[in-house]
Amino acid sequence: MPKMTMVQALNLALRQEMEKDDSVIVLGEDVGVDGGVFRVTDGLIDAFGERRVVDTPLAESAIAGMSIGMAVYGLKPVCEMQFDGFSYYAMHQIEAHASRLRWRSQGRYHVPMVLRAPFGGGVRALEHHSESREAFWAHIPGLKMVIPSGPRNARALLVSAIRDPDPVIFYEPKAVYRAFREEVPEEEETFPIGKSQRVREGQDLTLISYGAMMRPTLEAAEELKQKHGVEADVIDLLTISPLDDSLLVDSARRTGRVALVHEAPRSFGPGAEVVARLVEKAFFHLEAPVARVTGYDVVIPLFNREKYYLPGVPRIIDAARKLLAA
Amino acid sequence: MPKTPIELPDRIDHLSILNEKGEVDPSLEPAIDATTLLKLHRTMLLARRFDERLLSLQRQGRIGTFPPISGQEAAHLGAVADLRASDWVVPAFREMAADIWRGRPLESIIVYNNGFNEGSRIPADRNDMPISVPVGSQILHAVGIAWAMQYRGKDDVAMTFFGDGATSQGDFHEGLNFAGVFQLPVVFVCQNNQWAISVPRAKQTRSKTLAQKASAYGIPGIQVDGNDILAVYAAAREAVDRARAGGGATLIECVTYRMAVHTTADDPKRYRSDAEVEAWRRKDPIPRFQGYLIAKGLLSEDAVKAEEEAIAAEIQAAVDRAEEEMKGLGDPLLMFEHAYAEMPDYLKEQRADFIRFMAEAQKEEKHA
Repeated sequence: MPKMTMVQALNLALRQEMEKDDSVIVLGEDVGVDGGVFRVTDGLIDAFGERRVVDTPLAESAIAGMSIGMAVYGLKPVCEMQFDGFSYYAMHQIEAHASRLRWRSQGRYHVPMVLRAPFGGGVRALEHHSESREAFWAHIPGLKMVIPSGPRNARALLVSAIRDPDPVIFYEPKAVYRAFREEVPEEEETFPIGKSQRVREGQDLTLISYGAMMRPTLEAAEELKQKHGVEADVIDLLTISPLDDSLLVDSARRTGRVALVHEAPRSFGPGAEVVARLVEKAFFHLEAPVARVTGYDVVIPLFNREKYYLPGVPRIIDAARKLLAA
Repeated sequence: MPKTPIELPDRIDHLSILNEKGEVDPSLEPAIDATTLLKLHRTMLLARRFDERLLSLQRQGRIGTFPPISGQEAAHLGAVADLRASDWVVPAFREMAADIWRGRPLESIIVYNNGFNEGSRIPADRNDMPISVPVGSQILHAVGIAWAMQYRGKDDVAMTFFGDGATSQGDFHEGLNFAGVFQLPVVFVCQNNQWAISVPRAKQTRSKTLAQKASAYGIPGIQVDGNDILAVYAAAREAVDRARAGGGATLIECVTYRMAVHTTADDPKRYRSDAEVEAWRRKDPIPRFQGYLIAKGLLSEDAVKAEEEAIAAEIQAAVDRAEEEMKGLGDPLLMFEHAYAEMPDYLKEQRADFIRFMAEAQKEEKHA
């Protein structure tokens, strides 16, 4: 199996879906000739031409709104927001229409579009290029919100997202884009949207995360084992909404101690929903208050202070030790 | 019932005063005093050399990603040259020469581009807004500021900048429309540098000019040679004077060229030819302005050389000061400031927990 970065794996997913299905269209700013500013769409314009890989004028609302029209007509647009920080121009179209057309037309229409956007910090970027605002989208009924954590699940999830009959917001953790390689099979692979995944088994405590924070979370789990003899059960959410709570609840019932990790600000973040589910479904099994290791409730600072804002291994260990002492 | 053409009030002119050789059209030459002309020259040259220095600092990893301005000095400096301190500038992110002209210290630009929030502090005696990255969004703020100026009975104006790509955004059209409806003292300056990252101007709009978009909103529009600082200056002065006098908004399209990368993360070789860049290099705004000043007897080649040396020293001093200053920056607790006028209790708790965590981490480090 070839080893790929997340950028290459996403490119593979797009390429193969476009080969299989001529209703798949890629559109956005700089996605064609330039191959996307992160090169996720590199080479697609050469393979599929300007009619299927569209360099649009600079207007995020138009890109999203036009994708809705394409999707209603039966195409499967995969539109790109160059950075999540510019996707809020598109939010009106997505909230007011993409998420509601199935409901508004009582099932007559649906919007099988994917909105891709790089998000998250850790790459020494400018303002609006480092935020984690997945909760905005996850809060909207009718949308699916997906965040892969590595090359292989990114490819599988993007294929599933393109085939999904509902609109999918697909956030790509840019800190992972080129951070490491994984074996990604050439043959088709999908992963169901709406399912989380256990990526490490343990019985002492539960660590829950997603996206770029999976790596420090797994490193922390390893350090807990090596230095403290603690076995952590680690769960990768993969889909933020609709949230699959079966593994979380099962794990929390077994370990009684749960920490969740995300770089989004703490208040009203995805972690708040996880805590609510655990309180609803595992309350009597909890041995300690659920710990949230998250970004702070501030605008993510410019890059020189980013390391203080983003959760890392030491903060996860700190939380885990407190949980275990409780 | 015949089909009859509608007479529209606005026609679109193109204004050029200095040609590529630096020869002036005396009938159009604006009256600018010698001191101001030389100050404009110095600022253009300083901005160019500083831009080049920033690029080398970025390549050495001493600052982060930034958007160079080389080639566009005339397009934005000429526009702000006649503004008063009480007027407001609402920039995008490629107006560094204007920023310097309006009083921004070079070291603050370095500090900002090296990822320190301290670099975005604006002194209390400057009205200008901080840079705005989401394309076109700031245009509406200028309209709001102009509305507030009008409401308060001031004769100040707001001037906003954006690129050719921004004219595709709804915010641009909404801003021009509101400014027209309310007859507001705002000047819209489009730096049409031909490229929105990899997308050329021709793929941004089928319109022949960007200036003509003003017509749809009932305000005057003009296209100027944006590499000709006299043309930009003259068009901006007319627009500012009109706005100040209650005559409403103007759209100025400055036709210019981004000679360098979009940002330092960009590779223009993927989408444009060296021949095109070379052709625009011959239209560089600086040599032609120098030619004009030399012909006017205000400047000599020796004086340019001396100016270059003084500028190199000024830039080096700014880099030294910035690097000295940055040694004392980076207090992590600053990240909790400025989210609200008054810090909410839960944020105070997060801040306190951060302090505890950092202290314990430090203790453990010492212990280890």
